[in-house]
Amino acid sequence: MFGKLSWSAIPLSEPIPLITSIVVLLALFGTLALITVKGWWPYLWQEWITSVDHKRIGVMYCVLGLMMLIRGFSDAILMRTQQAVAINAPGYLPPEHYDQIFSAHGTIMIFFGAMPLIIGVINFVVPLQLGVRDVAFPTFNNVSFWLTASGALLVNVSLFIGEFARTGWLPYPPLSEATYSPGVGVDYYLWAIQISGIGTLITGINFVTTILKMRCPGMTYLRMPMFTWTAFAASLLIVAVFPILTATLAMLSLDRYFGFHFFTNDRGGNAMMFMNLIWAWGHPEVYILVLPAFGIFSEIFSTFSGKPLFGYRSMVAATLFICVVSLMVWLHHFFTMGAGAAVNTAFGISTSVIAVGTGVKVFNWIFTMYGGRVRMSVPMLWSLGFIFTFVIGGMTGVLLAVPPADFLTHNSMFLVAHFHNVIVGGVIFGLFAGLIYWFPKAFGFRLHEGWGKAAFWFAFFGFWVTFAPLYVLGLEGMTRRLQHVNIPEWRPWLLISLFGVALIAISVACQITQLVVSIRDRDKLRDDTGDPWDGRSLEWATPSPAPFFNFAVLPSVEGEDAYWRIKEKAIETQRLGPEPHYEPIDMPLNSPVGFFTAFFASATGFALIWHIWWLAWAGIVGAFIGFVIFAWRDVHEYEVPAEKVAVIDRARRAARQAALARMEARREALDGGVAS
Amino acid sequence: MSDTTYTTSREALRRRQQDPHRVGHTGHPKNEPVPGTGQGASGPATKRIIVGYGFWVFLLSDIVIFSAFFAAYAVLQGQTAGGPGARDIVELPRTAWETGALLLSSFTCGLSFAATNARNKLWTQVFFVVTGLLGLVFLGLELQEFLSLAARGVTPQRSAFLSAFFAVVGLHGLHVTVGLLWLGTMVAQLQVKGFRREIVHRIICFNLFWHALDIVWVGLFSVVYLLGAVR
Repeated sequence: MFGKLSWSAIPLSEPIPLITSIVVLLALFGTLALITVKGWWPYLWQEWITSVDHKRIGVMYCVLGLMMLIRGFSDAILMRTQQAVAINAPGYLPPEHYDQIFSAHGTIMIFFGAMPLIIGVINFVVPLQLGVRDVAFPTFNNVSFWLTASGALLVNVSLFIGEFARTGWLPYPPLSEATYSPGVGVDYYLWAIQISGIGTLITGINFVTTILKMRCPGMTYLRMPMFTWTAFAASLLIVAVFPILTATLAMLSLDRYFGFHFFTNDRGGNAMMFMNLIWAWGHPEVYILVLPAFGIFSEIFSTFSGKPLFGYRSMVAATLFICVVSLMVWLHHFFTMGAGAAVNTAFGISTSVIAVGTGVKVFNWIFTMYGGRVRMSVPMLWSLGFIFTFVIGGMTGVLLAVPPADFLTHNSMFLVAHFHNVIVGGVIFGLFAGLIYWFPKAFGFRLHEGWGKAAFWFAFFGFWVTFAPLYVLGLEGMTRRLQHVNIPEWRPWLLISLFGVALIAISVACQITQLVVSIRDRDKLRDDTGDPWDGRSLEWATPSPAPFFNFAVLPSVEGEDAYWRIKEKAIETQRLGPEPHYEPIDMPLNSPVGFFTAFFASATGFALIWHIWWLAWAGIVGAFIGFVIFAWRDVHEYEVPAEKVAVIDRARRAARQAALARMEARREALDGGVAS
Repeated sequence: MSDTTYTTSREALRRRQQDPHRVGHTGHPKNEPVPGTGQGASGPATKRIIVGYGFWVFLLSDIVIFSAFFAAYAVLQGQTAGGPGARDIVELPRTAWETGALLLSSFTCGLSFAATNARNKLWTQVFFVVTGLLGLVFLGLELQEFLSLAARGVTPQRSAFLSAFFAVVGLHGLHVTVGLLWLGTMVAQLQVKGFRREIVHRIICFNLFWHALDIVWVGLFSVVYLLGAVR
């Protein structure tokens, strides 16, 4: 009836997972109870859960991502603490538990922390920057989000019911085969990633179509903002490589569930084929994460320097160059495979070459600041911290790209330090910069500067204090994923690293405080005009928060930095353009299909993990019935009357006019001061 | 989002008027943006173009899944672990019948689309049903092949080569099955709702999907069956 599932799956004898489970469950039920008591369900259901508004979906992605970042960070605290105390000692985490923690840390951070955040920001920003009202497939967008959430749910359920994979964040065979990992850990991994991977693929398709086929009049390719370009490159990569991930994990599932021999040790299976396939996805995945982060930095450097982006076209070229070359470097993850000198050399060269594209970008950012009026706001601090951190991470990467050097540092702590250096320094710094930059657009008020700066400095120094020692340890020969170490000389470095984690924890606390303080002081931090940073692209042409239809009338673009031109003209003539003729707008209807899809996907995934076959079939049939019901819907859109559009847009115009008047008054006061 | 509901045949007519001698390009006589095409100058594309385009992108990603399985087959095809090789399990006559059924189903699918363009519900449905029946014939033959192999003890658990063989052929079969489910739903929907805008969009997508399966089968037929028979 319940397959492999029994009471023994609940970790009653292990205090750490048990207490965590109880705390998390209490928090979860507390939140649900609060929502029920306060009667928030109808609001949540209508405005968020079933929403097909790209901005709402973007925010939900970001909330999911931030929650998972905290979950992943708590795993990191456990690991660093364990290594600091387990020197010639067992520490407090038994090996089978420690192995699950480092596997969960990587899986959660990449798939459910960084990816949702990146996709969330893309969702929120790209349609606004393109000057359109929504993405190409709004309902599928909602489905994507809920599938990702379903995957995240399965990974977290593994904490309470059963176990998670002990194989590392990529389940390398033969260890991940049924022979050596007979438990449900790897199955949790497989189905969580398969389900969320489908969501990500749909997102990729959605944004390729949106960016190529839905742009406001005049928004030609070389007028698209840099963030949109990088989002496009990332979406292309998603479409190109996520299917490889799906296929590879499907092969591993066939091995585990039906005794196939794709990657087994016996009967001709080939484990190295798994490494090749998984990294053919895995390396482009790194660029799926970091390219949009590059786009965020490009927007911020340009805005906070008060200058157009330096070398815009070379930036576009570099983005697409990285997009293509990222597909040709995967073998550098296993130079030690023994493919021979010629193969290793080719991949070593292609890996080094990809740094050229990034180099172009770094110089462009620096030259954007050169001669600009640089404002040291919080997004700018994260961006500057990024340049410093990422350049060093990039250089250690070039070192690892040299095959002979890689043989010495392969799978060492040096590698761990390197990829945290580029992913934290590139992706995470970029996401924090972007979240703070676009926060006013989503919620109508800015975040507190002081707490934001504190969070940055603690994160910046915390990062370096944590990971610089790991470079040293790697060069001294410490390999990754050690549950305990037996070389006492490493103790100081491990303790310094642990201290760095404490600094990062303070930074996390600062971030949370920043959010709380900003919500409390939201009236003081209110963004009245919709353009809090003196921005340059079209999202700043909307009020904050942006109305659900984004633009009352689709803007007409006449050059790069679309909004900057409109703004300059308004300031010059001291008035806005003539009031447009408002027309009714068709908007897509909300739909619960995403939620139900995710419900059936979670049920099916859970059933497959525990071999509850009837439930798996029930889930698949349920999903098909849901699909047919959804397809039978007759009305997909509703009309927003022209009067309603006019009311909302006139409020926006009044705020802009008031801002112009304030600007004029300030200028006159200044002129008066000079004259007297 | 306004939508001009022109059919493909009308689109063909327009092209012929613009390019009577079929030189392949119209020389862009006027530099005016064409509304609804989704080029930067003219604003968002029509729903029909967006749906079709998105589905093309999906098909590309699906082809990538197949290519991963093809790559696995290429790597593992020699790894028979002492069991049967490709030559021992390929039966070309049956494969010929399968291929015939599937290619013919693509042809009837095309005929149904011609009927769709003429907005003729009866013939669209007739050719849909014929397409579906031919798809079932294909699936039946494939099932028969798999069962007869299994009866001889030739199963995916026997060797890495057989794992890859059953997986790549079976993946295509799974796609055909899903396509048939879709087709059944589509027939019911068309019957109930007629040629509404979104129904036509779905019919376009189904056609693309069915022809894509045909293309994949051509690859399978050549790489797995024909090359397997000569090795």
